[in-house]
Amino acid sequence: MSARDAIMARIKAATGGAREEATAWLSLRQQGPRPTRADGERLARFTAEARAAGCTVSEPVSPEAVPAAIAAWLAAENLPARLAASPDPALDRYPWSRRPLLTLERRRAAPGDRVSLTPCFAGIAETGTLAMLSGPERPVTLNFLPEAHIALVCTRDLVGAYEELWARLRAAGEAPRTVNLITGPSRSADIGQELRLGAHGPRQLYIVLVDDGLPEGADGG
Amino acid sequence: MSFAGPANFRASAARALADEPLQQELAKFSRGFQVRRVEAAARLPEFEALRDRARDIKDHCLAHLDFYLERFEQNCRAAGGQVHWCATAEDAQRAILAICRRLGAKTIAKGKSMVSEEIGLNDFLAENGVRAVETDLGEYILQLRGEAPSHIVAPAIHVATGQWTEAFRAAHTDRPAERSLCDGSEIMAEARAVLREQFLNADVGLTGANFLIAETGSSVIFTNEGNGDLSQTLPRAHIVIAGIEKVIPTLEDLAVFMRVLPRSATGQELTVYTTLSTGPRRPGDLDGPEEYHVVLLDNGRADMLGGAFRDMLRCIRCAACMNACPVYKQIGGHAYGWVYPGPMGAVLTPGLRGVEEAGHLPNASTFCGKCEDVCPVRIPLPHMMRHWREREFARHLSPARFRYGLGLWAFLAARPALYRLLAGMGARMLGRNRPWRQLPFASGWTGTRDFPASEGQSFMRLWQAGRRR
Repeated sequence: MSARDAIMARIKAATGGAREEATAWLSLRQQGPRPTRADGERLARFTAEARAAGCTVSEPVSPEAVPAAIAAWLAAENLPARLAASPDPALDRYPWSRRPLLTLERRRAAPGDRVSLTPCFAGIAETGTLAMLSGPERPVTLNFLPEAHIALVCTRDLVGAYEELWARLRAAGEAPRTVNLITGPSRSADIGQELRLGAHGPRQLYIVLVDDGLPEGADGG
Repeated sequence: MSFAGPANFRASAARALADEPLQQELAKFSRGFQVRRVEAAARLPEFEALRDRARDIKDHCLAHLDFYLERFEQNCRAAGGQVHWCATAEDAQRAILAICRRLGAKTIAKGKSMVSEEIGLNDFLAENGVRAVETDLGEYILQLRGEAPSHIVAPAIHVATGQWTEAFRAAHTDRPAERSLCDGSEIMAEARAVLREQFLNADVGLTGANFLIAETGSSVIFTNEGNGDLSQTLPRAHIVIAGIEKVIPTLEDLAVFMRVLPRSATGQELTVYTTLSTGPRRPGDLDGPEEYHVVLLDNGRADMLGGAFRDMLRCIRCAACMNACPVYKQIGGHAYGWVYPGPMGAVLTPGLRGVEEAGHLPNASTFCGKCEDVCPVRIPLPHMMRHWREREFARHLSPARFRYGLGLWAFLAARPALYRLLAGMGARMLGRNRPWRQLPFASGWTGTRDFPASEGQSFMRLWQAGRRR
């Protein structure tokens, strides 16, 4: 008997259940108790939660103002203007040429990169969380290797609760290899039980909120 | 990892109580986690309802575990992953080594995984020529110090800042000896630089899993540092090791655990990195592992499923029970002698290792019930510890003095007149208006604390006289 069969036999001896209940559970996808905080004003909740988690969050800006907002933040934080940026075409809509000193290298992250730039699939108001999906145009390393991460979130991509993210994910088709849910910069309290930012991932997470004036669900790309 | 028996437990607990630096870390610890959990719960009015739901989801999964494991396997394979079923720790060690051998792997970068501690993976790999590097900061310092974790969420809770400096100076000899390395930020910056090399050079990355999702075939990790994600993204292969009880049905169920696990563990609204991984990298992807393996470990869990300890398999390893435990907070995790300390360890360890080896652990409890109060999946921990105590007693494993004492008490309890007579005598003898600092035959108690004085009369006598206050 294979290890699999032996383990399964032990489990079946202990459970021996009918499958209808489990099949129904899978198809119903019943939700648990819903936090009331997910149903309030999304932009305000998202901003407050992301800030509480240690992010810097911009006020909503127009797509035209995005390069200037990024350049100003980089200068204020004394960070270089060379960005490892996602190849995702969602970044093409911003007028980068207006800020010629800002260099975008559209690729995966390399070990020496100091700053990365990515769009987001969604922002979740409940906990100020960003949702990033991996794919040929969205390398995962951009979320983890650099010291500072700049994430662009369209205000119409803000959802209330995790369950709305799952719904969008299913609607988007095949599940990606990786879904990264990111809530604030990397941290650890392992040394002397004191919380410090920037353990292995980014020390800083700058969220630029983009309001393109389009209604929710519109494709602005 | 060697296992400490009852005599060792008493000795290591006594050592821990006398260990001044450890006591300082434990004092800091007991103020931190517990308070943050309470504050986080207070910010979410639905927290108690979510705990009920979390318990119900786990109960449902355990009742249909075969179904969900099959579904997980099917969906994981459909996404290009490989599933390895392992009945024992040795099977899991061999399965992981086989993957490393086939890939010609020399180094593994590891995210934090308690199951890998459970199977003694690092030592086994080292004996077979594969170097495992712990990349979680807490696990890394333990590896440098040659120690076991003392807490399941904050494994190096017992290590003081000065000890980090010492260990780093001894290990990182290629760095300038005169460098400043006193403060936590300097230590963290050095760890970040040193471990960055390890991620980039490792052939295989290994992580645990907080959950496996049947619906999608994904594994999920909840972390804060980002080392788990770098470990699973940069090397050629990603190996996930998980107990069979980790599977849950749907993403909707995951949302419930996203709301209770971090709040119970560290008091965070959500961990910094909550990552779902499904299969290896896809065509066209610029990064990610080329292979994705899930090692499913039984190691005694299926046997617990059928018995009195099934509820223990609901455990999501948040550590809230040990953060609240008055015994753990006094002695730390090492005294428990194995991977899982505190109340959850006192119940789980005898289940996985047997009552002969670990039946003494459930005695390390005051039965105050705080562990059950804070458990996000409402495991009746004191009830189960009592269960283990009964089994230990029934199998004549408890010490002779304890058995005779209990026998004597039972003899008296069955003879109420005699019992009252003796209780009255005892109450008179111990009666005075200040506590006892020393008592004959009770140095085990009075050595570390006072013994309360009696009121001079037994409870029964006071009750009859209508003087109960």
